[in-house]
Amino acid sequence: MTTIFRARRILTMNPSRPEATHVALRDGRILGAGSLDELEGWGPYSLDDRFADKVLMPGFVEGHSHASEGAMWRFVYCGYFDRMDPGGKVWPGARSVEAVVTRLQEANAKLDAPDKALSGWGLDPIYYNNQRMTRGDLDRVSTTRPIGIIHASGHILQVNSKALELAGLLRTGVNHPGVPLGNDGLPTGELKGPDAMTPVSPLVGLDRGLMATDEWGLRQFARLCVRTGVTTATDLANLLEDEAVGMMLRVAAEDTYPLRLVSLRVFRNTTVAGLIEHAVRLKKRSIDRLRLGIVKIVADGSIQGFSARLKWPGYYNGAPNGLWYVPPEHLREAYRLALEAGVQIHTHTNGDEATELVLDCVEEALRKSPTPDHRFTLQHCQLADAAQYRRMRNLGMCVNLFPNHHFHWGDQHYTLTVGPERAERMNPCATALANGVPLAIHSDAPVTPLGPLFTAWCAVNRRTASGRVLGEAERISVADALRTITLGAAYTLKLDGEIGSIETGKRADFAVLEDDPTDIGADRLKDVRVWGTVQAGRVFPASEA
Amino acid sequence: MTLPKPPVPVTVIGGYLGAGKTTLVNNLLRAANGLRLAVLVNEFGTLPIDADLIEARDEEMIAITGGCICCSYGSDLVAALISMARREPGPDQILVETSGVALPGAVASALTLVAGLALDAVVVLADSETVRERAEDRYTGDTIKRQLVDADIILLNKTDLLDPAAREGVRGWLQSTAPRARIVTTLHARVPRALLIAGEGRPPATATGSDRDMSVLEPHGHAHHWDAGGHDSASFTVSHPVDPERLASILAHDVPALVRAKGFLPGADGQLYTLQLVGRRWTIARAPEMTAGAGRIVAISAGEPLDVAAVEAALAAARS
Repeated sequence: MTTIFRARRILTMNPSRPEATHVALRDGRILGAGSLDELEGWGPYSLDDRFADKVLMPGFVEGHSHASEGAMWRFVYCGYFDRMDPGGKVWPGARSVEAVVTRLQEANAKLDAPDKALSGWGLDPIYYNNQRMTRGDLDRVSTTRPIGIIHASGHILQVNSKALELAGLLRTGVNHPGVPLGNDGLPTGELKGPDAMTPVSPLVGLDRGLMATDEWGLRQFARLCVRTGVTTATDLANLLEDEAVGMMLRVAAEDTYPLRLVSLRVFRNTTVAGLIEHAVRLKKRSIDRLRLGIVKIVADGSIQGFSARLKWPGYYNGAPNGLWYVPPEHLREAYRLALEAGVQIHTHTNGDEATELVLDCVEEALRKSPTPDHRFTLQHCQLADAAQYRRMRNLGMCVNLFPNHHFHWGDQHYTLTVGPERAERMNPCATALANGVPLAIHSDAPVTPLGPLFTAWCAVNRRTASGRVLGEAERISVADALRTITLGAAYTLKLDGEIGSIETGKRADFAVLEDDPTDIGADRLKDVRVWGTVQAGRVFPASEA
Repeated sequence: MTLPKPPVPVTVIGGYLGAGKTTLVNNLLRAANGLRLAVLVNEFGTLPIDADLIEARDEEMIAITGGCICCSYGSDLVAALISMARREPGPDQILVETSGVALPGAVASALTLVAGLALDAVVVLADSETVRERAEDRYTGDTIKRQLVDADIILLNKTDLLDPAAREGVRGWLQSTAPRARIVTTLHARVPRALLIAGEGRPPATATGSDRDMSVLEPHGHAHHWDAGGHDSASFTVSHPVDPERLASILAHDVPALVRAKGFLPGADGQLYTLQLVGRRWTIARAPEMTAGAGRIVAISAGEPLDVAAVEAALAAARS
């Protein structure tokens, strides 16, 4: 059975035929894109006019997100910026500590059991003129139930006195850089970094292990994808234990699940050899809508957390250099074993020294096991310099940059973390393209909101939250940005033969748009309205997601 | 009246890959001699415990001869520490083997997040043959130096690979890099048990009252004496009030080769204080209510005989 969709315009991302008015589908795949005349040659068809006034693009591909974005919506949204939930409701940003407290008080009033945990997420006090929140603020919400809010970065937890008490931390004698103390010698309620968060997270309902197996969350994540035009999304750091994989396989296989999920096995709780072996086993379990077998390794920390590894001269404010999250020996071994086993590795680097180390280790591994088309990918890679882009090209590496970071924290990078010059070269999409390094761009949801058109807007405009244009020379064109959020991201996942453009033989995955991103104006790219998606030929309107 | 449970001492064992951390852990397990040690290792997969020590194993834990246990913590050290602190009966001492790139000082800080644990010592191993070269590595050099700086005790390991002049060269470099650390040279990470086992040489809760009791608890040739470098210890009765801070400072800086000291000290205010000194770091606290009697300390040296005269001089100088 052939269906032909008529559209106002189809932006195919197929360089041989960049535009079309019609696209023909059969069995969830694309027969071809062109004029109705051309497509009629495929035989009997039914013409579907519902997209006659819409613009179709290849379904967007989010190359660095976390399915936990879905599970986050179990919790109270406490972020500074407006944010759309999986049901389409836009939660207004909480613009002050007071607004956060009020929102939590409202949520508190709806809970019955007085000792049940109350959880929030998305907090970003950097926008409150750096007014830190304290347990006293959250004690105004409740003194009987533990309360915890995870910060937007994911690296800090804000809690009330009850939560500290239950964790045995409402005492003197805590001496940890991640736990600021008040004049009374007791923790203020801010817990920075995994060590400080661990004793409290499960008590406030924010358990990482539970989130990995959260079926409801996986469904919410897919709803958000429909609303943002995403048909393939990564879940970039999952332990992929058997129970979680079983649940994900079951959900993804459902006829109505609208998303192709690419879940990466993160390097944790295993040896390097065990990691690569697990990836090989996982790959065999892949189905169309759940792709497994890629590995994620985290090499360093974050720039705003001063835990990224920077080359000389280091941090602008003089903070000591960050931390290695994995010994170089393990990186070398992982790349070597992965090349031998045909496993792809995505490596998180933020600082330029971490990027340099990864380039060195990949180069060494490639010299031992020359491997064409490995597509090892640097994730975030925010601070890489031009010479490193030339090395990436020469080594056949891809990069997935984080332009959203520029909008959310660019001002802080300029004034505090890396200073003006290096802040302007962060996430240099133009340099990547000029050097021929295959490029994707990402949201890192839930760190910043899922939304490839917003991410594209960030890469095109490079505007910070305060309105500063940070790194004018690194802005890219709308056309480049649109290719990057489709074919570009697909390439980094080795899926560009299947998805990322609208052309014969590929999956019938479309982002259905109300506005034309190529004529709305570069500064309004983020305002393009998304009608919904078509995924493998199945139509998913956002209004019903 | 029930006494509050004393905190479980925790030894943080740091050092870069290949420095001998695992060997040290196995040595300590072999010398546990009835103490129930809990070992937390960063490694996954085949846990690096010598096969002949293993009694039973499941996915989470290895049971080791003599009541010791070992488990992996991966990225969740604090969670593992919490579960250790909650065990009944709890371990007598916890050994944490850190990852090769971890900063042991950060791990020591993390201990304060868990009630019922107390840092005993940060021990960092250094491979005498490679440590200086590694400390110049463009990627990991600063990490290695920061590890050394965090140490109370540096075990300069694999010293048989160097001639004496080179060994002294490394030793001097280490001391200037990590001025706070006491450096002990070892072979195959063999150290005197008393150096790292917190309960060793622990004075009785009620100090005895002999006027001056100086006895070598573990003289050379004793069955416990299995180290290569040699160690020595002696106990001293402290019959006059002292300034505990001043005494600790003198012991830490002026007594050669002193690696540990602990005991009860009578203060000028008539109260009894506990002293715990490891390397050049010490803690002083009010002694528990039940403690009575005269003061007494045990001092332990490594690498050379304890300078008894220097300890006595310290006691005299700290008299208040």
